Amino acid sequence: MSAASRSFRCNTVNGKDTLLSKEIRLMQGNEAIAEGAIYAGARFYAGYPITPSSEIAEVCSQKLPKLGGMYIQMEDEIASIAAVIGASLAGAKAFTATSGPGFSLMQENLGLAVMGEVPCVVVNVQRAGPSTGLATRPAQSDIMQVRWGRHGDQTLIALCPSSVKECFALTVTAFNFAERYRVPVVLMPDEIVGHMRENVELPAPDALEVVNRKTPTGHPADYKPFQADEDGIAPLAAYGSEYVFHVSSSMHGLDGYSNNDPNNAAWRIRQLHEKIARHRDEIVLTQTFDTDDMDVLLVTIGATTRSGRAAAIEARKRGVKAGVLQLQTVWPFPDREVAELGQRAKRIVVPEMNYSGQIADEVLKAVGPDMDLRRVNRYNGTIINPQDILAEIFDAA
Amino acid sequence: MAHATGMKYLKGGILPHMWCAGCGIGIMLGALLRAFEELDYAATDTVVVTGIGCTGKADDYLVTNALHTTHGRALAYATGIKAYNPKLHVVVLMGDGDGVTIGGNHFIHACRRNMDLTAIILNNFNFGMTGGQVSGTTPQECHTSTTIYGNPERGFDICALAETAGANYVARCIPYYGWEMKETMKEALTQKGFSVVEVVSPCPTHFGRRNEMKGIPDMLHWLRDRAVAVDAYRNLPESERGERLAIGTFVSRDFPDFNTRYESVRSRAQQG
Repeated sequence: MSAASRSFRCNTVNGKDTLLSKEIRLMQGNEAIAEGAIYAGARFYAGYPITPSSEIAEVCSQKLPKLGGMYIQMEDEIASIAAVIGASLAGAKAFTATSGPGFSLMQENLGLAVMGEVPCVVVNVQRAGPSTGLATRPAQSDIMQVRWGRHGDQTLIALCPSSVKECFALTVTAFNFAERYRVPVVLMPDEIVGHMRENVELPAPDALEVVNRKTPTGHPADYKPFQADEDGIAPLAAYGSEYVFHVSSSMHGLDGYSNNDPNNAAWRIRQLHEKIARHRDEIVLTQTFDTDDMDVLLVTIGATTRSGRAAAIEARKRGVKAGVLQLQTVWPFPDREVAELGQRAKRIVVPEMNYSGQIADEVLKAVGPDMDLRRVNRYNGTIINPQDILAEIFDAA
Repeated sequence: MAHATGMKYLKGGILPHMWCAGCGIGIMLGALLRAFEELDYAATDTVVVTGIGCTGKADDYLVTNALHTTHGRALAYATGIKAYNPKLHVVVLMGDGDGVTIGGNHFIHACRRNMDLTAIILNNFNFGMTGGQVSGTTPQECHTSTTIYGNPERGFDICALAETAGANYVARCIPYYGWEMKETMKEALTQKGFSVVEVVSPCPTHFGRRNEMKGIPDMLHWLRDRAVAVDAYRNLPESERGERLAIGTFVSRDFPDFNTRYESVRSRAQQG
């Protein structure tokens, strides 16, 4: 009997849901994201339904009120991210989930979360576009939208899971990064990962680290919400605490009040970037498979990681040494990791579910224009299979 | 007892404020801060959420908690704050652009949801900060920098919209009556559920100048002369309502607010 069926039969006992008490559960990626968020301490969800992310909302609507939290369905995605930011400033670990069109709508307010240094998590279960596109089909074409969709000079963190297990774990990581660095974090599974079902061994409540934001400890009169500590991160109070504070979408000083001085503006922009840059090595997460000894390096994200691994295994059977570098962190881009492994390979193959080669272009920036870089792009709403990748591995290897 | 000044909520050394002579925002803010003082609101449990535009600059003057948001979205931010911490006094300051033009969707849903928020909409019939363009409340045929031949559209009646969409408290004030405005603010702040106060305000710089009210007092007198107490207005025959502006409290009711209803959702979830 497979683990899946064993777990499935255990789901109900005497009509009661026993899922939470089981170590191994058959779960969907989207469900694992909701469970990961709850594990990380999320107690506030505001969202607007959109395929292929809606299961996250449905699980939250069921589980959060049981835990004393709140699910609120807002009138659109613009309102959803706004409510998430408001709740976060009131002290909540808060998040929302959406897909490409909804993520586009959130961009302006996500910029406020960057500017106001408000911890929050946005899940963008990527689907095929442009526009309504193939509404229920996967894509990996929001790489640049996640990085650059907002106006102005700003940055954030983005993570990309490739399995249901990673959906859980990287959601916890996303909240930890958001809280630790006072920054919005985007989790960007593709539709395949979001809707995939796998057995997941759920960690015990204390097994994974859960980070809570740093709060002020000094005298309330001295509190400045944008005065960073040694680590580059400023403590964040909650509305309703003894600390009174301002947060502004406008350019602002240490005290949070608007400030249009050019020197202040330059300091703010630098601070937003540098707090991420100085912690870059803690933020950049990658996985490697068979890269100790290789001639061909596959660089993958999300669902294509699996096709990439299958292709690499098959290539080795046929006599070509291939390895895989999976980018769990997409932004900041793991350029050093790509460069370090890339220079040990004769060829790099980048499979991704978009036409424009959004990941491949970043890889090329990291390894330089002389690298033999092969792109495998699919943009018809179907997954890249190992055969597609093998063709590029073998062509000149 | 000395009259409330509201000064303790004002940032020291910040005056004079940036608003134009003749604008109603200063009177609106003064009335609000006096209401805070008379209700003994603490800065620690008060959050003022602002949008963008002339009214949206109000947070710069305050020592309460504040969140200066994006254009039109202030109510959605406030919804998250209040939903997560129902003990906070959450006041949302918006212009007519924020409140019912770009933010119209959020406004009707905030009324429907009946969040326990106080939304104060300063309606000066145009976009002041960006140069006096037409807004969702600009009356038909009025002139703005983008309707120089007259506005082809009708303007929203904010109070009628709020009442229909489900707000618990709806009132309209004009800066000519400052004391009444403060009393209205107090009613709005203490009413459970979603409260809307429309402050119809002069904008001599843009709206007055383009609509035959060139002097600062002209607009204030225009508002005073149009204003009729809401009870008297309701007794007027339709034919005599014309250009008149009903002021006072339109709605005061006690539908359960969002957080109260959510508590019952939680208890059902936790029992099941």
